[in-house]
Amino acid sequence: MDYSQFLAMKQEIAILIVFLLVFIYDTFMPRSSQKGLPVFTTILMLAATAFGIAGSFCSCCSAATEAFAGMYETSAVIIAIKNILNIGMVIVLIQSIKWANGELMIMRRGEFYELLLVTLFGMYLMISARHFLVFVIGLDCASLPLAAMVAFDKNRYESHEAAVKYMLTAVFSSAIFMMGLSFVYALSGSLYFSKIYVALASEHSTMLIVALAFVISGVGFKLSLVPFHLWTADVYQGAPTSVTSYLSVISKGAAAFAFMVILSQVFGICYSQVWEWMLYALIVLTITIGNLFAIRQRNMKRFLAFSSISQAGYIMLGIIAYNALGVAAMMFYILVYIFSNLAAFGVIGAIENATGKVSMDDYRGLYRTNPRLAFTMMLAMFSLAGIPPFAGFFSKFFIFTAALQGASPAIYVLVLIALINTIISLYYYLLVVKAMFISEEQCVIPTFRSSCGERIGMWISLAGVMLLGLVSCIYSYLIITAANSNIATFFIR
Amino acid sequence: MSPIIPLLILAIPLTMFLFLGIAGCKLSHKTAGVLGTLGMGTTLVLAYLTAFTYFFDPQFINEAGERIQQVLFDQTWLHLYDNLSINLGFLIDPISAMMLVVITTISFMVHLYSLGYMHGEKGFQRYYAFLSLFSFSMLGLVVATNIFQMYIFWELVGASSYLLIGFFYTKPSAVSASKKAFIVTRFADLGFLMGILVLSYYTGTFDFIRMTSDPTWVLASTGGATFMGCSVLTWALVLIFTGGMGKSAMMPLHIWLPDAMEGPTPVSALIHAATMVVAGVFLVARMFPVYMMEEAATTIVVVIGALTAFYAAIVACTQIDIKRVLAFSTISQIAFMMVSLGVASAGGGQVEHHGLGYMASMFHLFTHAMFKALLFLGAGALIHAVHSNDYTAMGGLRKYMPITHWTFLIGCLAIAGIPPFSGFFSKDEILSACYAWSPFVGVWMTMVAALTAFYMFRLYFLVFHWEEHKCEHHTPHDAPITMSLPLIFLAAVSIVAGFIPFGHFVTWNREAYDIHLDWTIAGSSILIAVLAIAFAWKMYYRKNDLPAKFRKALPNLWDWCLHRFYWDELYIFITHKIIFGLVCRPLAWFDRHIIDGTMDAFASITNRASDAIKPLQSGQVQMYVWVYVIGTLLLGAITVICLI
Repeated sequence: MDYSQFLAMKQEIAILIVFLLVFIYDTFMPRSSQKGLPVFTTILMLAATAFGIAGSFCSCCSAATEAFAGMYETSAVIIAIKNILNIGMVIVLIQSIKWANGELMIMRRGEFYELLLVTLFGMYLMISARHFLVFVIGLDCASLPLAAMVAFDKNRYESHEAAVKYMLTAVFSSAIFMMGLSFVYALSGSLYFSKIYVALASEHSTMLIVALAFVISGVGFKLSLVPFHLWTADVYQGAPTSVTSYLSVISKGAAAFAFMVILSQVFGICYSQVWEWMLYALIVLTITIGNLFAIRQRNMKRFLAFSSISQAGYIMLGIIAYNALGVAAMMFYILVYIFSNLAAFGVIGAIENATGKVSMDDYRGLYRTNPRLAFTMMLAMFSLAGIPPFAGFFSKFFIFTAALQGASPAIYVLVLIALINTIISLYYYLLVVKAMFISEEQCVIPTFRSSCGERIGMWISLAGVMLLGLVSCIYSYLIITAANSNIATFFIR
Repeated sequence: MSPIIPLLILAIPLTMFLFLGIAGCKLSHKTAGVLGTLGMGTTLVLAYLTAFTYFFDPQFINEAGERIQQVLFDQTWLHLYDNLSINLGFLIDPISAMMLVVITTISFMVHLYSLGYMHGEKGFQRYYAFLSLFSFSMLGLVVATNIFQMYIFWELVGASSYLLIGFFYTKPSAVSASKKAFIVTRFADLGFLMGILVLSYYTGTFDFIRMTSDPTWVLASTGGATFMGCSVLTWALVLIFTGGMGKSAMMPLHIWLPDAMEGPTPVSALIHAATMVVAGVFLVARMFPVYMMEEAATTIVVVIGALTAFYAAIVACTQIDIKRVLAFSTISQIAFMMVSLGVASAGGGQVEHHGLGYMASMFHLFTHAMFKALLFLGAGALIHAVHSNDYTAMGGLRKYMPITHWTFLIGCLAIAGIPPFSGFFSKDEILSACYAWSPFVGVWMTMVAALTAFYMFRLYFLVFHWEEHKCEHHTPHDAPITMSLPLIFLAAVSIVAGFIPFGHFVTWNREAYDIHLDWTIAGSSILIAVLAIAFAWKMYYRKNDLPAKFRKALPNLWDWCLHRFYWDELYIFITHKIIFGLVCRPLAWFDRHIIDGTMDAFASITNRASDAIKPLQSGQVQMYVWVYVIGTLLLGAITVICLI
């Protein structure tokens, strides 16, 4: 075996090294210095991110490479999505420093970070896998440890409930996914993406459709597409806020990209007949139902859960666009979504850590007591709703543009539905802003000073929200990378 | 040239705006003012450096002896589709380099002057923040590499002008003036935007160099399409010119500029005399090679310019508020530049008289910026001293304010076109260009030039001579050093600027050529100017009843001029009676009942739907899995049924 193949997995190896160092620190460092673990992890992750970004500038590192007999693939566009996830991970880590150093976490600080890094590693595998075995390992690696993390607030009843619900649904979806895979294997006789792709070219059986439905619902669980979304709200509400923010952005972003890879590189042949319409229906349902539920949520974490469901629907527009521009728009959307959502979760986390309040009613009049937090929240909401000139507007604009390249009447209708839903979403995002700024009542949240980590996290997210749309080179870079990648070659209608 | 310096030229004012805007309230007045001025001073040095390198470094001249247009950087900002994107960049060519000098000079002078003029005003830091924002926007406008970037910055200068006119926001007149300025120019910008869209629809590009280096290609790309009897290119150019008319206050969109004098006087000097209002001229100059292709478009430019020049000049003869006299004079002088650009073209891609008009227009833009800023800053010093805008509160001030008096006189001589002051040279070139195009336009503009000399010296005599106004409170005196220094500097520039061999630097094809004074035209225009000054001297040097007699002799003309030919009343009639009454009221009904009704229905349906699906989220995990299975099976089943 040629061990130099491992060099293709630079980013995975970087995560593994971070993981090992954290593990060693956790195990061997004295109790007194354990408080340094969160910062230590953050710095290591920052280094891994910097390493990944540096790699994307180096042409030899970002060239398309296959490894392990074609089971693993990396290319510039894959490195880019991993970098995006890394950036989100760094922000999540920075924001969770205070929480991780809290009373409850003394004994379990190490586990939290180790599990977190393992899930990230799993997501990397999902993204890079070109063989379903590797993919499934990645998928489970990314799903199951999360159940433990959801249950991290051992003393809270909701946390347990959330973990059980998550575990049950995750296992169930995994089972359905495997079922779908076994059908695919029966049809094609292989688990290699490329071989299935070829084998399915002449295949038009009902079994293929059922297999597709199973595979889509299996991944749809991770993306919380309607109707596979029901776990989302309960889990987001019950889990510790740091875990929720991780679940809502990183996990979703990775799954979206992996989903795109599977749909194009495995089932690309049956796009126009089969899965285009499946995805179409799922997008309409996801955006609409996510929005309709979000309207009546009073708990901020539940509220963002439904908001993130409907955002996932918008991300799917980049897949249904089925072109290289769609991939770029989707990646840009994920990046912007990471920043906007983490800005919102930063505020929620800071308030929860300081006062334990998570209800929207408690946010009334927040502007008077904590103007900076209120402003951060407002900008996050504006960006999520897609108000210019914040990044969210541009990401929505780009993803609509990409989707409209399809230029069929059905797509126009889809984009119209998405646009109408943007108006609905504007209503509930502005509800939060209204509560914070317009309400005359005395705010129940006293003025407090958020911790250093929380503030840094919010500043970074805000910078992203305000600048990403205006600094155009990022999107141009993504367009060029996506257009030059081999992913682009799979988009045949 | 490295792109660092150009980037800094834009970045410093922007940073200053952000910094003073965000942290201004924590700074003292003095710190904020000094910081703003230092920032502008740095920008000034960098801009001079850039312009100097551009004009004197031989690397910017190609083999054919033309100065090259160089894009120092160009960054895609918004990718629309594969071959159309909006860029933000920095284009340097003769006119943008010249504008860099003009903007930074005047802006720096105004920054310095405002230290004294705005001393102790509430919101001093905010004022400096807005000045920086304006400087940034204006610099971005002139260096735009493409017409869309220009449009973006065009709107930004409009917004900063709005903010600065309404700086004294507790004064109702200032608030309404700022709104008026914004709405009128915004209305004109709609035309500009449509023009951009039409032009880019046919050419598929926003890029200036692409369009201007090969105007026949632009003409060809429209494919001879016509709309309502005119070619599409004419429409596009006229629409773009509408935007220029709004910003440069050409008739009939001039009504905002006199009112804009409600802003602080240094702002009037910077925005409403020297820089922003010439943006329209700059726009036409930037697109000049394309305008050259369409005779109809340039004729419209000439006609509107000539009418505006005359109208503004005659109105300026009767105004009482000294800033309004200067405002109308600005309108008239900008119209000179417009006419000059128009007569530079002979249509069909040919230029008239070696494109003399183009050079003359830019030359006049340059000299006018200097002497008009001088006059405005002088007016500011007068207002500062007597606390009134009207000449009736002044009179005989020459004894008390010698510096202001002498610098103001220099400004008046320059604008009247008396050699050797700068206005003489540039105006003479314009008149030569006009005579070459059509003797009628030449005579017309000479007449306007005579009116110019008359009203400026009317103002001068009324303020500095006439009868001494008795002031109860205190004797007026010269302004502090921060205010006098810019006056002296600008006066010096106004004296010498005419000797700059402008033809060597700025010409329509960027090829250097020598300017020759045409002494028949120059001589006659000097003669006429001197006569006009003598006439003003006769009427206004000492208190007498000649002006009153004059008014009695021509009551109608006087009234019409005093009321600016009732343009404002006409606008109010059209907007209130016709637009509000006949168009808006039915629309409002439609909006309230049909559109709002639909939206309300939409909202209530959404709410009901949201209520109806509530049971789905029951909290029971069995139910979740059940929905999951049903969902998956339905997804498969429906697809199967649909495909079979």
